[in-house]
Amino acid sequence: MQIRSDEFKERSVFAIHDANLQTALGRARYGFVGKRAQQVADLPEFEQLREEAKNLKNHVLDNLDHYLARYEQAVVASGGQVHWARDAEEARKIILGICKRVGAKTVTKGKSMVSEEIDLNEALIDNGMEVVETDLGEYIIQLAHEPPSHIIAPAVHKTKDQVSDLFEAAHGGPRKTQVPELVDEARRVLRDKYFRADVGITGGNFLVAETGSSIIVTNEGNGDLTQTLAKVHIVTSGIERVVPTLDDATLFLRLLARSATGQETETYTTISTGPRRADDLDGPEEYHVVLVDNGRSKMLAGRFRDMLRCIRCGACMNHCPVYGAVGGHAYGWVYPGPMGSVLTPLIKGLDAAYDLPNACTLNGRCQSVCPVKIPLPELLRELRHLQHQQNITPVMQKRALGIWRWVATRPKLYHALEQLAARALSGIARRGRIRRLPLAGGWTDSRDLPAPTGRTFLELWQGKRGQR
Amino acid sequence: MTSSPTAGPRVGLFATCLMNLFRPNVGFSAVKLLEDAGCSVEVPASQTCCGQPGYNSGDYDAARALARQVIEAFEHFDYVVGPSGSCMATIRHDYPALFADDPQWLPRAEALSRKSFELLSFLADVRGAAVTVDARYAGTATYHDSCSGLRGLGIKGQPRALLGEVDGLKLKEMEDAEVCCGFGGTFCVKYPEISEKMVDDKVRNILATGADTLLGGDLGCLMNIAGRLKRIHAPVKVFHIAEVLAGFADGAGLADAPKESR
Amino acid sequence: MNAPANASGNARDAILKSVRDALRRDPLDATQVAALDARVPRHTRPAHDEDLVTRFMRKFESRAGTIERVASRDAVPAAVEAYRLAHRLPQRAAVGAALKDLAWPDGWLIHHEAAGITEALAVSRALCGIAETGSLMLASGPHSPTTHNFVPDDHVVVLETARIVDHFEDGWTELRARPEGMPRATNIISGPSRTADVEQTIQLGAHGPRRVHVILVG
Repeated sequence: MQIRSDEFKERSVFAIHDANLQTALGRARYGFVGKRAQQVADLPEFEQLREEAKNLKNHVLDNLDHYLARYEQAVVASGGQVHWARDAEEARKIILGICKRVGAKTVTKGKSMVSEEIDLNEALIDNGMEVVETDLGEYIIQLAHEPPSHIIAPAVHKTKDQVSDLFEAAHGGPRKTQVPELVDEARRVLRDKYFRADVGITGGNFLVAETGSSIIVTNEGNGDLTQTLAKVHIVTSGIERVVPTLDDATLFLRLLARSATGQETETYTTISTGPRRADDLDGPEEYHVVLVDNGRSKMLAGRFRDMLRCIRCGACMNHCPVYGAVGGHAYGWVYPGPMGSVLTPLIKGLDAAYDLPNACTLNGRCQSVCPVKIPLPELLRELRHLQHQQNITPVMQKRALGIWRWVATRPKLYHALEQLAARALSGIARRGRIRRLPLAGGWTDSRDLPAPTGRTFLELWQGKRGQR
Repeated sequence: MTSSPTAGPRVGLFATCLMNLFRPNVGFSAVKLLEDAGCSVEVPASQTCCGQPGYNSGDYDAARALARQVIEAFEHFDYVVGPSGSCMATIRHDYPALFADDPQWLPRAEALSRKSFELLSFLADVRGAAVTVDARYAGTATYHDSCSGLRGLGIKGQPRALLGEVDGLKLKEMEDAEVCCGFGGTFCVKYPEISEKMVDDKVRNILATGADTLLGGDLGCLMNIAGRLKRIHAPVKVFHIAEVLAGFADGAGLADAPKESR
Repeated sequence: MNAPANASGNARDAILKSVRDALRRDPLDATQVAALDARVPRHTRPAHDEDLVTRFMRKFESRAGTIERVASRDAVPAAVEAYRLAHRLPQRAAVGAALKDLAWPDGWLIHHEAAGITEALAVSRALCGIAETGSLMLASGPHSPTTHNFVPDDHVVVLETARIVDHFEDGWTELRARPEGMPRATNIISGPSRTADVEQTIQLGAHGPRRVHVILVG
């Protein structure tokens, strides 16, 4: 999708005024947060697992070349094929090449954020293929021609009424209004697609070097129908998703479901190893894995390596008050919320997403729930630092900071100005507050400014000391 | 600038910018609480700001310049204490990070970090045995956990324990007490609509408790919430917790009309 | 190892080089590789003091799965028949060849092939049960096609109590012990298919089975 992160401010204001969105967000926020909290309370080892998961990811990243090579070896040994894509374009070409070679007409898809990242659907559709998203949330937003607004609940921004409208328009009447009817209707429509599909594309939550397997974790079973019934199964995954062994994957599985949807485990955990065997009765004839770099190996080099620990659970956005206020679309690209505010500038460019690292209060709630302990606020601040260094920060802000520094490193001047401000502000205050202040509309448009009492603390303190 | 000589530790009071300008009463409250806890308190005149605005804006050089100033002003004290989780978290956590590659300043930053405390955690965790709260407050209060103090410094139980000793005060917890109020330093003026939405959520949770008073440990958050409460004419008084603990909350709350008697 | 002989060979080398550049090092030497290959992961496993069968049952039922216990394997067909009647299903089922030898009721139309689009009921045998989360582990193969696990509305799974293991890791041990190695698909199933994609409302029977019923043998 076209990145629109430069419109964050406008889109966030729109989001705040979108009543349907606010209804949906309000509902989602408490569900995710409450269920996760319950799971954490039920598992005394949770904190220990977070620490182990962080360390394990760091170990994998330190030896990423080794584990990728071992993984590739094991995939090939099980009859699968591994493709490497340096960037989005290369990934699209590889997948398009496979689809064309097998004469694909219908392509079904399980949820895959990497496929969103590489703009896969558009490429397939432009080449005459029917692309069907099978995750219910993804299916809903595909009908709405919208990108996902959440990495695990892509249609979290939609109300039931909106889904009813979309289904009625796509499937014809009568209009369904109850959740079970809506789910049944999607089930019926998609059933046929699974059986007709030539190619099934899924993501990969984890890639296991030990066995050459890809693991997907779902609740609906759509990913399994997608990858079992199509003639060809293609897994799209970032290079950082490799883990050494099944036992290592288990550590993340224990954290993923709890952090993502607040479940002890998702309904389906599926380990796929190669294509259909000689005596198998079902399964795909070809099994491909497309390993996508797209900026990841560069992230490995510096301060942002921590971000590659991300297991895409969405807990950071579920707990982010900014995400909770504006939803995912305001962020303007594939990954929203705190993790998206780090990833988007790193993948798409610092200047393409100026606002994302800045639209954060650094309250730290995201970091406190991250199952792999990514210091998201620090990374966001580090991005601001890069913006500052590369002169992406607006000139006025840099100038203001320069003046602030100049004054604040001169204590006498600083205190004199504070005294002046204390007098001036208390002079214009009425009943203890200031309702309008020139140049401070950002504050006073929605809030009163508590008025100073006329003297600064230091001033009063020095006076008091004089009396002693 | 010493207050009263005692045998206790020498504490340098970090007079935060917002306190100094907007709410001197918080400073005097802090001094009283520290002295009651057996400390002698000084307020260096060479201090200004901790540097957090520069740090959080990505201007690390500016932050370092301010940090050096703070280190020089305070490193000769036994402790540095300030009535703000936000500023004190900057000194405790961010100063060592800022000087990670500076062998000359790193040890000084680390030394200062070790003896820097937010007021409530200092009272409860460091001076616990020496602290007795002798205050009255007639009212029902709800407490907002400011993010820097909560997540950066682990301040959660201390304020509640201390408030439990205030005569007449009833504490009623709000929903989502740990969720950010939307202040975020310059965030609130850079993204005013989002900030307004966040502070409105906070205000709703405060009002739902029926409490007549909001307390907190950080003036930034409190000014933000008070500013919104007053804009919508909500009848809730706002004080820094230090004012209540010191027994100095008898005057006007934040953004309230000054009382005639004072 | 040999790079695959396709167009992404260059990309492969470029990515691995980029990774090593980022890590500021050359490829690992033989000693380092050997150390990594010999690494034995030891992670914390959630502790519990429940009996494995009790825990499996409690957890599986908490996820809207149903369980019936029978004394022996011979009792499985009757149990499936009772389930079929209770849910008014036709006398037709896809039965995994692993259960071929059982005395299925007369009049039933049974096949052991992959499940077709109209399949209503499948009966499978689980490789093992995982007590930790109350999950079934099914290994694909000629005796247990994957489509049986996902296509029908009703999925009945036969599990022997002796095959209930404690943690996921114990399940992997079962997989590693198979002479034929890793199955193409290993399905770990914790109850019926579900979705919460419409307004966070949990709805069972999203794309996979609406009901998963375990017949616990022993």
